[in-house]
Amino acid sequence: MRKFLLIFLSLFFITPADATLNVFACEPEWAALTQELAGDKASVYTATGALQDPHRIEARPSLIAKARRANLVVCSGAELEVAWLPVVLRESGNAATRPGGSGYFEAADFVKMLEVPTRLDRGEGDVHAQGNPHFQTDPRNFLPIADALSKQLIKLDATNASEYQHRLTAFNTKWRSAIAKWEAQAAPLKGVAIVVQHQGFPYLNAWLGLKEVAILEAKPGMEPSAAHLSQVLNTLQKQPAKMVLRAAYQDERPSKWIAEHAHLNAVTLPYTVGGSDTAKDLYGLFDDTIAKLLAGNQ
Amino acid sequence: MRKQISTSAAIAALLFQSATATASNVGNIDNSFNPAFSLILSGLYGQLQQTPSTATGFGMNPAPDHTQGFNLGESEMGISANIDPQFRGAATLALDPAGGLSVENAFVQTTALGDGMNLKFGRFFSGLGYLNEVHAHAWDFVDQPLVYATFWGNQLGEDGVQFKWLAPTDTFIEIGGEMGKGRGFPGTERVKNGSGAGGLFAHIGDDIGIEHNWRMGASLHQTRRVDASSTDVLDLAGNAVTNVFTGDSQTAGLDFVWKYAPNGNVRDSYVKFQSEFFQRKESGSLTYDTAGVNVTDTFAVTQRGLYVQSVYQFIPHWRVGARYDRLDAGVAQVGVLNAGNVIHDYAYTPTRTTLMLDYSPSEFSRLRMQVARDDSIATIRDDQFLLQYVMSLGAHGAHSY
Repeated sequence: MRKFLLIFLSLFFITPADATLNVFACEPEWAALTQELAGDKASVYTATGALQDPHRIEARPSLIAKARRANLVVCSGAELEVAWLPVVLRESGNAATRPGGSGYFEAADFVKMLEVPTRLDRGEGDVHAQGNPHFQTDPRNFLPIADALSKQLIKLDATNASEYQHRLTAFNTKWRSAIAKWEAQAAPLKGVAIVVQHQGFPYLNAWLGLKEVAILEAKPGMEPSAAHLSQVLNTLQKQPAKMVLRAAYQDERPSKWIAEHAHLNAVTLPYTVGGSDTAKDLYGLFDDTIAKLLAGNQ
Repeated sequence: MRKQISTSAAIAALLFQSATATASNVGNIDNSFNPAFSLILSGLYGQLQQTPSTATGFGMNPAPDHTQGFNLGESEMGISANIDPQFRGAATLALDPAGGLSVENAFVQTTALGDGMNLKFGRFFSGLGYLNEVHAHAWDFVDQPLVYATFWGNQLGEDGVQFKWLAPTDTFIEIGGEMGKGRGFPGTERVKNGSGAGGLFAHIGDDIGIEHNWRMGASLHQTRRVDASSTDVLDLAGNAVTNVFTGDSQTAGLDFVWKYAPNGNVRDSYVKFQSEFFQRKESGSLTYDTAGVNVTDTFAVTQRGLYVQSVYQFIPHWRVGARYDRLDAGVAQVGVLNAGNVIHDYAYTPTRTTLMLDYSPSEFSRLRMQVARDDSIATIRDDQFLLQYVMSLGAHGAHSY
């Protein structure tokens, strides 16, 4: 029955026989990483942009159509995409990219998660059971993820295994030296007190030694209220900070308000590839992140 | 047939379940296979000037279900999980505030057919139109559009099988078909072999840049109504009588949704515009005044309805919305025996205009205020004011488009 149906349908839709892997990347950083590791062996579609809140995406028809043809889905995981990805994957009717399928990759599986809640209660706001999913702000996390992603690419496309292997080795060397460069540049940032708008920077803080003294959102995912902002202002009078950080997709008003009232520098970080003009690829992302932080520290 | 069990039994079952769940948290490996469990709590305050009734010319259709004063809405329990690598199961049980539990959805769907195919069987909301599959807690207004209330009894539920296929194209193109018992209005449940109702639908959709996206659809539905009895139908003399209709019912629908969000970031603000149109042809025989003269002759009518609505999230958490409803009862062809009894032309266009404001402190809670000017009944205007809360506890599944 199924075979018959397929033959019937293929009379109408003849898909071009191309050798490249179709990759559906949930966020731009994974699209960029896949492109680094696969080169022209993969055609990568990015489901979300740097100016979109990845928690709050709709399961749009276009996403379902793109997921239908994907050989591999690469996402952050840790429930970051829980509001839309399950519907997209279910509706796509793609057996390979189901969670647990051969074409499903969650980066969170390969990273040491921070801020794993000990108590799961929605009264605490938008918390993620597996920990904070914004681990793309620490470049060191890309090494184990790249390793695992490369293995998955080889599994799906064994004929090009040597190409993937070669690209992974090249990426590892280049990325390690880039990390060393960024760490040297960022040395003055160690111990600098910062305020964050959303609880989205624990990995960045852990990497660079930034000291987070306040958060503008009273609970994760809740809009900063006027009452909470004035509380933060009080805290900052006792414990001054140098700058306030927000991701490019977040509303600029709360950061701006606190920057004016507490005399801080408001810093907008690209957060992912495409989040600023200079963050054109993974290297640009961290070049720009460090540059913006150093400027904010002036 | 609704399966009724007492509320106390349902609550006891719930308590028992949560008690066992808590107990099994302590080192019981079975617990990690528990399905996702969610509960929707909703309630309503209604300030109405009229008792809700069917729209003029739609005496043989369901009436919108508003109630005055404080009311507990339907609490909805959802349970879902993968069954095995091939199947996923989901059930939604509605707790009726008057007591009783009804099965809203209880279906199994395939997860591993691949090649864009999805098969669903059990009890499910039909895939026709845009709003039909949307659960009450995700509606943008307190109530359904008039055309849904009168043409589908709010939502068409089906006991049957649904098959969908998604084309391997960059543009979203989906076609689907379903067969079922025909248990929901306009179907009449019958004891027979084979299918009691059938539906076909197609959807197409895409993005335009990162800020705009849309979906369009068309659907067809066919069923047979047998001995469909309607009470309090007005006749030419102005009496409320009981009529019985038997015949074919065919409905065609068109739906359109367009969404816009600056930078594609729906968290901050967005606009959503949607419209649907349905046309239903019914032809068969009508028995007039079964309690009195009891005359049967042919009857055929084509009825139409549409709504246009828009919702605007102007700042995070706050949305406003407006909706316009319009129905057309059509001009009926009444057999000569009933020409002096049954109204064939009501010469009235039922309309309703609705405005809404809602506030959602988080994704899990929503408070809503709605006002409506309801002119669905000739010469009787109803200005309605409604307050509503919708809260969701536990697992919160992803929403469809």
